Parts: sequence; C-alpha cells; structure tokens
Amino acid sequence: MAERIHKQRPTRTGDQVPSSEEDIEVAADATAASVAGSRLKDELDDLLDEIDNVLESNAEDFVKSYVQKGGQ
Amino acid sequence: MAVHKVCGIETEYGIITRGFDANPVVASSVLVNAYSGSFPQMTGWDFHDEAPGNDARGVVLEDAFPPEVETHLVNTVLTNGARYYVDHAHPEVSTPECSTASEVVLFDVAAEEIIRESMRAANAMLPSGHEIVTYKNNSDGKGNSYGCHENYLVDRQTPFGRLAALITTHFVARQVFTGAGKVGCEKPGMSFNSVPYQISQRADFFEEEIGLETTLKRPIVNTRDEPHCDPTLYRRLHVIVGDANMSQTATFLKVGSTAIVLAMIEDDFLPHDLQLAAPLPAIWSVSQDPSMRTTIERVNGKRATALEIQMELLELAEKYAVSRGLSCVERPGAEGEGALILSTWREILEGLESDPPKVADRVDWVAKRELISAYCARHGLSESDVRAKALDLQYHDMRTDKCLATRLGLRSMVDSVDADLAKTVPPESTRAFFRGECLRKWPADVVAANWDSLVFDVGDGPLRRIPMMEPLRGTRAIVGDLLDRAGSPRDLIDLLGADGSEDAYYSDPGMY
Repeated sequence: MAERIHKQRPTRTGDQVPSSEEDIEVAADATAASVAGSRLKDELDDLLDEIDNVLESNAEDFVKSYVQKGGQ
Repeated sequence: MAVHKVCGIETEYGIITRGFDANPVVASSVLVNAYSGSFPQMTGWDFHDEAPGNDARGVVLEDAFPPEVETHLVNTVLTNGARYYVDHAHPEVSTPECSTASEVVLFDVAAEEIIRESMRAANAMLPSGHEIVTYKNNSDGKGNSYGCHENYLVDRQTPFGRLAALITTHFVARQVFTGAGKVGCEKPGMSFNSVPYQISQRADFFEEEIGLETTLKRPIVNTRDEPHCDPTLYRRLHVIVGDANMSQTATFLKVGSTAIVLAMIEDDFLPHDLQLAAPLPAIWSVSQDPSMRTTIERVNGKRATALEIQMELLELAEKYAVSRGLSCVERPGAEGEGALILSTWREILEGLESDPPKVADRVDWVAKRELISAYCARHGLSESDVRAKALDLQYHDMRTDKCLATRLGLRSMVDSVDADLAKTVPPESTRAFFRGECLRKWPADVVAANWDSLVFDVGDGPLRRIPMMEPLRGTRAIVGDLLDRAGSPRDLIDLLGADGSEDAYYSDPGMY
C-alpha cells in the first residue's frame, strides 16, 4: 500500500466548527479565532461557488429522470 | 478457529443515459464492451460453479426466490483478477479476492477507474450530445435499490446460527460509519419526506432478518451458500447489507472491522448477549436518526446507541488483538494492517461521538449532510427542496468533474499510481494472482474463468480445467516461479502434473 495522501478541506462553516486538527489549534488561540473563522467561511464559499458551476442545471428534471431498475 | 479473512467487494453502479433513451441492460453492455474493446482478447465467465440457490441453513425454503444466474449478459474477467459484467440492468465490478482491507480499497478504487474509463470509451463512440453516466450509490430515491456486496472467507466449522446472530449486531451498528447518507425515505409504507435525511442508502430496503433473497424481501444476513472454494473447509459470507462508499476510509473500515468481528465470532470471543432483540426495527431506527441518539435493545434487555455498541465491539477487538493477534487480517508485508484498522476504528468512533463534522472527510453520510446543509443555508432552501436530493445523487456521480464527493476533498488512502496499476495487475497474496497472470500471459488460450477454476484450450484434445479451490494458494509466492517457467498453457499443465481430460483432477496450483 502506498503512502497516504491527506487532502483536507473544511466541510462546514455556518457555525464555524473547526474541521481539522490544525484548525482546532488555531481556534484555541483567542486572538486568531476570528481570522480562522472568516478563512473557513471563505473556503466554504469558494467550494459552494465551485459546486454551483458543476451542479445539474435542472435539479427537478435530473431527480425525476434518475430512475433505476432494482438490482441485488 | 478464525481463518484468514480473504475478502472482496462487488458493486452495482447506477446508470443513466443523457440525450437518448436506452434500455439500462443495453447501456450497461455498451459500457462493459467499450472497456473490453480496448483489450485484444477478453475472456468470458465460466458459470460452472454458480449455485446462488444454496442456503447456508441447509434447507430449501419453498417461498424463497434465489437470484437466477444470468448467463446471457456481458461477462468478462480482467487481468487484475476482477470480474466486470452486467448484472440486473447495472454494470457491476467484483474486485479480485484480496487478503487485506487495504487491498480491497485499492481494487475498489481501481474498479471506479475502470468504470470511468468505460464511460469515456463508450461516450467517445456515441453521437455528440449522447452520454452514459454512472453513479456509485444504492438507490434512485424512488424505491429501487442495487447493491454493494462484501464477501468474507469464514470457517465452515463455525455454527451458522451464532455467526448470523452476532454479525447482525455489527451490521446494524456499523451504519454510523458505513452509511453513505440519503435524502428522503423509501421504506414501504412511509412517505419520502417523513425522514428528511438518513444515515444509510440501503436500510429502507431490508425486510427480513435472515434469508436467501437478494432482490426481494432483502435480509440483513444473506444465507447464500456458494463458497467458490472448498466447501468442506470454508463458507463465503455474502454480505448484502452495506452501502457503496465514496470515502476510501469508509470502505477500509467497513471491510476491516467486519473481518475482525467475524474472526472474533469464529473464535467464540464475543459475549452472546450482544445479539439484538429486534434487528429490523433497529437497522431502520439507527439509519433514520443522524443525531445517533436512538437506542436499540439487546437480548439481555439493555438498550444502547449504535455508537455505544460499536465502542464495545472495538474494545473487544482491541482485547482480541492482544490475546489472539490479528494475523488473520494481515499478510506478509502488511503486518501493520490490524493495528491500522483498530486505530482508524477508534478515531472515527470518537470523532462521531464528540463532533461528527470532524470526520466529514472520511464518513460519507456526514460529508454529504454538511454539504447539503451549507448549500441549503446559502440559498435559503428548505430541507425538502428537490435540490437537496439532486446534491445527494450527484455526490456519487462517477464523472470526476461532476462528482461532489471528489469536490469535497475526501481523504484518500490510495496512491493514484497504485490504483492505475491495480486496473491490470492482480493482488499477489490470493489465487487472483494465478487467474490474473494466466489471463495476461495467455489471453487467447483461457477460454473461460471463474472464481475457482480456469479453462484452457491447449490446441488439441479436450479443454483443460484447472481447479483453484483454495483462495490462499495460487499466490505469487507459490506459483510465481512456475508461471515464469511455463512458456505455454500446455507447459503450465505439465508443470502442474496434470493429465487426462476436461474436469479430470489436476493438482491445484496451490499444491506447489
């Protein structure tokens, strides 16, 4: 098995819960807390912007037309 | 006694066509053939040993509906030892037999790559605007489900009743880390919106505690007794209750924890009061409560949450590791595997207990929930908005640029170079090595292959079948040298000491 590759991104902002060990350490530092919070929010915003660009353009049609035959 | 946990995963992918209408069987066949077409000679599957109607309980129930063997659909065997085929209107990849959970992850990732390559090859042949798209999920949100099955080698001596009762507890409780997350409910008799978000894709579809069926009245413990190996020594536990995972860590922990729990059951290490009083209501209620506070009842009358039961199983596994060792989930060169399963198991359970978003990079249902919540919050959507279901489905999209799981940056366990190799190179520590290497060396001479044998056309005389009844033989260590020396299938058969006609007894390649 090859070495592990760790790719981490924050996956939650709303209530600014730290999402990695590194973020937890930063958040513990009161002076850095607000900076870390806004950085996390920026990253999630970027992620949501990015996702907006790849989402199925018509969610309703997509969901309706996603029909499968039952399998095992 | 615990036998080595040879294991593997079979995944049925969801499939749709865009820009044109096609029967899903045809679309799936186009996909498999598009991939096969890039190889000079593809070997067909041999149905000689298929008997999915055999029941592990040793009785044949008159109202049981075992799956029929579909011999007419596209079926190929790959040089990595995997099977790639069309099953029930879905493309399906079965990984080769692996000797560790990490290896299963590697070959599952390779299978995803094979599916992606198939889509690229198929779509390149289709007119502009026409596309075949696949999804690694387990339901369409409309009451139709397709599976991701696991297989584990277990000791035939272990009483099946004990095995079924105790592994059920793990299957119900492990949902907290194996669940791939789902918007809505598909349980018969319940409305779609009655459960806005649940942990598992599959739980809604289970209607029996134990049984033979896989497509109707699905049971938590499947009794299919089709070992694909020496039936006097082994069973193959065919597990149909799991979700297909996008997270590699989830696949790793699903297989690793289940392998260890099975070993503990074989060694009668688990207290029997771990059994659940009512497994079906338990599997539904655990899935339907993402707060994970729901308690379920054990046969001793005590109630516990799924996380508490998982923590108890983990602590027992840690004791088992100290007293018996975990060599049954390891292999030479991967001695740290058991310890890695235990540490990952603890890390994930503790994360789920203290703050689930901490494990959003490794647990699918948490990752998906975080994404949907953030998206709905940003756009002011209610949880029943159709866009939440669209995000749910697209989380599993197998097109790299469209896949939301990929966009979220789930933690990876597998190096992409290794995964690329694993598309064509078999694992070395099981009989998959012998199968894969024979297919690579003599693609034109292997006329059929299946899990426990290969059939060669040696040019004159009858076809020759080589049995492989022992999953832990046929490895590089045992047959690597012999395969290097054999210049042709006839050489190989001579070296194996075989003679006679088709179906005559040959020395198992593992006898060397």
